[in-house]
Amino acid sequence: MKSYLSLIAFSFFLASGCAQENTPAIETPTVVNYTYETLVGDINIPWGMAFIGENELLVTEISGTLYHVLNGVKTSIEGLPEIYTRGQGGLLDVALHPDFKNNNIIYMTLAATLEGDEGGNTALYQAKLVAHQLEDVKLLYKATPNTKKGQHFGSRIAFDSDGHVYFSVGDRGNRDENPQDITRDGGKIYRLNLDGSIPEDNPFVSNSEAKQAVFSYGHRNPQGMAVHPKTGAIWVNEHGPQGGDEINVISKGKNYGWPLITYGINYSGTPITDKTTDPNMEQPLYYWVPSIGPSGMAFSTSDVYADWKDNLFVGSLKFEYLERLVIEGGDKIVKREKVLDKIGRVRNVKEGPDGFLYVAVEGKGILKVVPKG
Amino acid sequence: MKIFTVIYFIIIGLLSFHLFQEKTKAESIEAGAEIYQDFCVQCHLTNGKGVSGVFPPLQASDYLLANIDRSIAGIKYGLKGKIVVNDEEYDGVMNNQGLDNEEIADVMNYILNQWGNKSDSFVTSEAVDQIQKSILE
Repeated sequence: MKSYLSLIAFSFFLASGCAQENTPAIETPTVVNYTYETLVGDINIPWGMAFIGENELLVTEISGTLYHVLNGVKTSIEGLPEIYTRGQGGLLDVALHPDFKNNNIIYMTLAATLEGDEGGNTALYQAKLVAHQLEDVKLLYKATPNTKKGQHFGSRIAFDSDGHVYFSVGDRGNRDENPQDITRDGGKIYRLNLDGSIPEDNPFVSNSEAKQAVFSYGHRNPQGMAVHPKTGAIWVNEHGPQGGDEINVISKGKNYGWPLITYGINYSGTPITDKTTDPNMEQPLYYWVPSIGPSGMAFSTSDVYADWKDNLFVGSLKFEYLERLVIEGGDKIVKREKVLDKIGRVRNVKEGPDGFLYVAVEGKGILKVVPKG
Repeated sequence: MKIFTVIYFIIIGLLSFHLFQEKTKAESIEAGAEIYQDFCVQCHLTNGKGVSGVFPPLQASDYLLANIDRSIAGIKYGLKGKIVVNDEEYDGVMNNQGLDNEEIADVMNYILNQWGNKSDSFVTSEAVDQIQKSILE
């Protein structure tokens, strides 16, 4: 009898360990009507990129180099703050101030250790770009405490049209303490005014214990962020555990559930929780099972490609392609397709000022997706 | 009195053994397991099999078991470019993970003795310290 029971228990364990693949299934297009050109090559891990103009952009390399790229030629920018490189940490995202043309201000996220102890955590900096030099380098936010854990620094940067900067910090390998606690950093999307001050209408400003920069919580490791071109909403993709990568549309003050609800399981195959929903927590707009290792996110808004307008693009680190997602009714993913299959680990994707899509691929550099004929 | 003296020396002996002894291989492997979970598991996976064509396997990996010094250098300085592991070609990038020499020794001892892997080598932090980047070239 006892062995029957343990057999039944074991079957349940197996069943919960093998999550169903989520639909729609990824498609490989039969006709490929695009190719690519290399905009800039020879960058190990191109993490962040920000376009200044056509053929001019900033690119971060995670181990600590910020490149200025003009017509395919890259030059290192000097004057960066000290960077903590360990595990997934290093120099992360870069973005231009919405009024960059007039003030030359850029934003960067990076792993930093500023408190004199061991370990590091994610920081948001602002600086003025003067030729190939950073000036007026200013720390806007530093997540604490430092930890020697190697995982989940986040971190992407985005802006809304109301004078706010958003950035993400992952759970820093401490899922039991950080994501669900608004008095702790990590596992959050943050919102600041462009000068780094806390917006008066941030969701937790009336709670003196809370981290007042927090905009939403219950995240694991968000490494893609884009503003929806029509609704203006902040869209995020985040790495889940094994299975359970998610797309979330960020709402003020909401809890996105990690690690209390998830569609994923531990890397070891053991369950994290049997709950995928909770009435007080947000559901993802989409979740990937199996995990694709999503990084970077962009909407196509141009007419450069035949039928890609309004589609969402997400890099896959794990399966080494750019994923095209077709959205219907604003919130339903009806089609998923591989673009640039087997290209390498796709770390980031952006729409350039020329309307073309640019893809950051590890070991390669920045590639431009070009329609054929 | 004689018994007291004997016990005294035994205790002192044991204490100094614990205080001054370098990590044993078993202790190093145990510490390495934690490093592995933190820095390696996302790509090389819990079972050490990696992902065919993308992340090379560590389990039964001919590259790892035959190139211990190069593997140390790969972790210490990062590894880029083509390598062949178990007859399959890999052309990826593994960044330097920022581990110190002792952490590299621990995780090496772990992967050399996990998933059926077995190695008589005991990697120490002093040995990691000696490894130069040039052996990757």
